[in-house]
Amino acid sequence: MRVVVDGVTKTYAGRDGQPLRALAGIDLVVESEEFVAVLGPSGCGKSTLLSLIAGLLAPTGGAIWLEGDLARGRTPTAMVFQEFALFPWRTVQTNVEFGLEEAGVPAAERARRAARCIALTGLDGFETRYPHQLSGGMRQRVGIARALAVEPAVLLMDEPFSALDAQTRQLMQEELLGIWERTRQTIVYVTHNIHEAVYMADRVVVLSRRPGRVLAEVKIELERPRAERMMGEASFLTAVERIWSLIRDQAAEALRE
Amino acid sequence: MTRIPVAHRAAFLARREHRALRVAALLGLLAAWEAVARIGWVPVLFLPSPLGVLGEGWDMLRSGELAGHVAASLWRLLLGFAVGAALGVGVGIAVGFFAVGEAVGTPLIAATFPIPKIALLPLLILWLGLGEPSKVAVIALGVFFPMAINTFTGVRQADPLLVRAAVAFGARRWSVIRKVVLPSALPMIFAGLRLGAGTALLLLVAAEMIAVESGIGFLVLHAGNLMQTTKLMVGIVVLSLLGVLSHWGLGRLERLALPWRAS
Repeated sequence: MRVVVDGVTKTYAGRDGQPLRALAGIDLVVESEEFVAVLGPSGCGKSTLLSLIAGLLAPTGGAIWLEGDLARGRTPTAMVFQEFALFPWRTVQTNVEFGLEEAGVPAAERARRAARCIALTGLDGFETRYPHQLSGGMRQRVGIARALAVEPAVLLMDEPFSALDAQTRQLMQEELLGIWERTRQTIVYVTHNIHEAVYMADRVVVLSRRPGRVLAEVKIELERPRAERMMGEASFLTAVERIWSLIRDQAAEALRE
Repeated sequence: MTRIPVAHRAAFLARREHRALRVAALLGLLAAWEAVARIGWVPVLFLPSPLGVLGEGWDMLRSGELAGHVAASLWRLLLGFAVGAALGVGVGIAVGFFAVGEAVGTPLIAATFPIPKIALLPLLILWLGLGEPSKVAVIALGVFFPMAINTFTGVRQADPLLVRAAVAFGARRWSVIRKVVLPSALPMIFAGLRLGAGTALLLLVAAEMIAVESGIGFLVLHAGNLMQTTKLMVGIVVLSLLGVLSHWGLGRLERLALPWRAS
């Protein structure tokens, strides 16, 4: 499934009544089975872009659509949230089943599909736990399992690992790459972490600070499957350097705000 | 070089649990009361002894007198409580979730909430008659307001992120209400139930002092009129037991209904 973002703008009503321009004319195509990272300084509207693709917000101008055939029983998009957004009153199992419930999947099949995603994300044995009984890393596994369970054509990830400590983040990145190698889902991955973006994505889309527009698209020339040692390779470092030089001034300006 | 010892300066903040003292305080009060009554400083007409009250309660239990009063009261209490709580939760969700509900409901509740519900009892008797409906109605009214207001607050406290997550996974309006808003509001709803239980007991006694032949409120008033102070005290003890029991029961129910809450 392709994602096409065509000249999308988004303006919010600001608190003081002044319109707040979050996105100024975004053009972006995410190819089928592509892993695209959207990167930018804080407050560049990258989360807004993701909400727009998920249909949680309506664009002020422009249009967004998906292209491709949606197999029966699959949903167009699913989202993984930075703050996990698990339902505290649901166990791991029923959290993962949530999207399937809403899609009207019968109970037996729900349980089967949820069990598969629970296994895929390494949550076996935790099915009956509640979110508050899990560590941050385990919670986000639930978040990922919940999204994978609905078999989305496009997986939207909003800084999924930025609330985790550095070691856990590294491990979760490896796991997500492993899952992606198996499922080959189209992924739009929002992050502010350049190393993470370069390490994981096929292509990094760099946004400017508010109002966000596409500064550059950087193709990542690392082979798949990715491995940690590639972080020392020249092409990795060049890409990181190039992106940092692009957003350095932007980030500095954002810092002064 | 001098050694500067590090004292545990927060030691006085530690709170020890004095279990024995809890029991001793309660028993001490009862013993003092019993002693005062036995010595005869105060006539039994004004202050019956705890053991006397216990004995009278036992006799009333064996004769079936107490059971009749308790059954009559419980029936009014439970019915009024159920009606008031159900309406309160429904209205609270409608006012908290829907913009139209808020526009209509907020001024109405703000205008009617401050009325002391006992003041409405004569009006309810006028409308519904002297029988059971007016009693049940005043209890329902008393429970309705704390329930509606707490439910409203609980609905408002629902995490917008969770609502967004539910919508992102395909939830529509009713799913969001049933699967996100309602569970989010449950802790506040339980707090409302506890507030409502207190109010319900108060209104029960008030309502049972008018034109009834049964119930604990009637028992208390009637015994008072006949200067049967021991019987009156039995009624008060039963009322306080009802209060303690409802509080305990709601606590148990809350733990059962909210297993996800930490600790």
